[in-house]
Amino acid sequence: MRPSRAIDISTGLFVLLGLVSIAFLVTQITSKEVGFHSDAYRLKAQFENVGGLKPGAPVTMSGVTIGRVERIRYDMSLYKAIVTLRIDEEYNQIPNDSDASILTSGLLGGQYVGISPGGSEQVFKNGDRIEFVQDAIVLESLISKFLFSQAEKTPASQAPAAAPAPAPATQE
Amino acid sequence: MRAVVGEVVESLSASLERVGALARFLGRLLWLSPGGFLRVRLLVEQVYNAGARSLVIIMTCGLFVGMVMGLQGYDLLQRIGSEDSLGVGAALALLRELGPVVTALLFAGRAGTALASEIGLMRATDQLAAMDIMAVDPMKRIVLPRFLGGVLAMPLLTAVFITISIFGVQLIGVQFFGVDQGQFWSQMRGAVELSDIREGLVKGLVFGIACSLIAVFEGYNSLPTAEGVGQATTRTVVISAVTTLILDYILTALMI
Repeated sequence: MRPSRAIDISTGLFVLLGLVSIAFLVTQITSKEVGFHSDAYRLKAQFENVGGLKPGAPVTMSGVTIGRVERIRYDMSLYKAIVTLRIDEEYNQIPNDSDASILTSGLLGGQYVGISPGGSEQVFKNGDRIEFVQDAIVLESLISKFLFSQAEKTPASQAPAAAPAPAPATQE
Repeated sequence: MRAVVGEVVESLSASLERVGALARFLGRLLWLSPGGFLRVRLLVEQVYNAGARSLVIIMTCGLFVGMVMGLQGYDLLQRIGSEDSLGVGAALALLRELGPVVTALLFAGRAGTALASEIGLMRATDQLAAMDIMAVDPMKRIVLPRFLGGVLAMPLLTAVFITISIFGVQLIGVQFFGVDQGQFWSQMRGAVELSDIREGLVKGLVFGIACSLIAVFEGYNSLPTAEGVGQATTRTVVISAVTTLILDYILTALMI
């Protein structure tokens, strides 16, 4: 018999590693709870349309990340999307009339929730609902609005197109 | 003129003959392969040779390919202000193209050459002929386990390569450049579909079949001289690389 125990063990390890990699790829394990050391509290917000918002997206105030989107689900009785935000305990002085809006970072970037503070004396507590919200902007509806408003004034827009052409001739 | 035409025809028919022999060789191996899985001892040894011993080079290269993608991808994407998409772009590129192709090229260089020179040397030292005389079929005893070992190892190596690469991208993009970690992973999870992963693994399997087949074929049919073994090894790498890239195009066109 050859000393094949070592070969068996390393082959087993290799196969195991390969299968673990496949499992990782298939489930796309996300990072462990993203960078939060301290406790957190949860707020809820109802949106008509969350656009491309995903769990794990940042929640920001003035551009500073203060939490994450924890969960998005659709409520069949309200016909609205319920977004659960997980806010770092450090930021527990947010006025309870603050508003949340779904914004996009960059032209093609991911979407996130921006919170801008209101003027109330009271602050949000765990489980509170954010009253004032602004939905994600759907590009198609924005474009169609723009096109329809343009279409109404087409006769006027044809005239300026011809005007700039003669200008370069004056240089000669 | 006539001599040139004759030479061209001669070399064409020689290549055709080789392709035909390769196809016959593959048919023979596939015909034998159910029996090959029963000889577990031999198979495990070859999975070890082709897979476990290639692991270090695969993991090192995977890490660096991922880190380079992190650098390049970040530099490109931050110009259009969408560096959050780094994870998606890198993961899709790795799963669908880079992972299987680079793994196959490394596999041909590391395991393919080892197979070709090993079998070629057996041919040169008449070990294969000796087996024939002892009524041991060298196809079953030598070639088949090596072929199957390579075929089994490649998809696993591909998966390891891709996983390590994604961590390499993450290392540079998130830890070094400060791409948002939540966006990196959540966008990746949102965009990568099961079919992308399947595409990567199917490619890995097909490349594994192609590279292992070429390696054992070249080794088995090498000239029984020192020079012949060297030639077989070189041809293994060259033909494997070209075949991998051509097959990659065909598979991509089929699966896209």
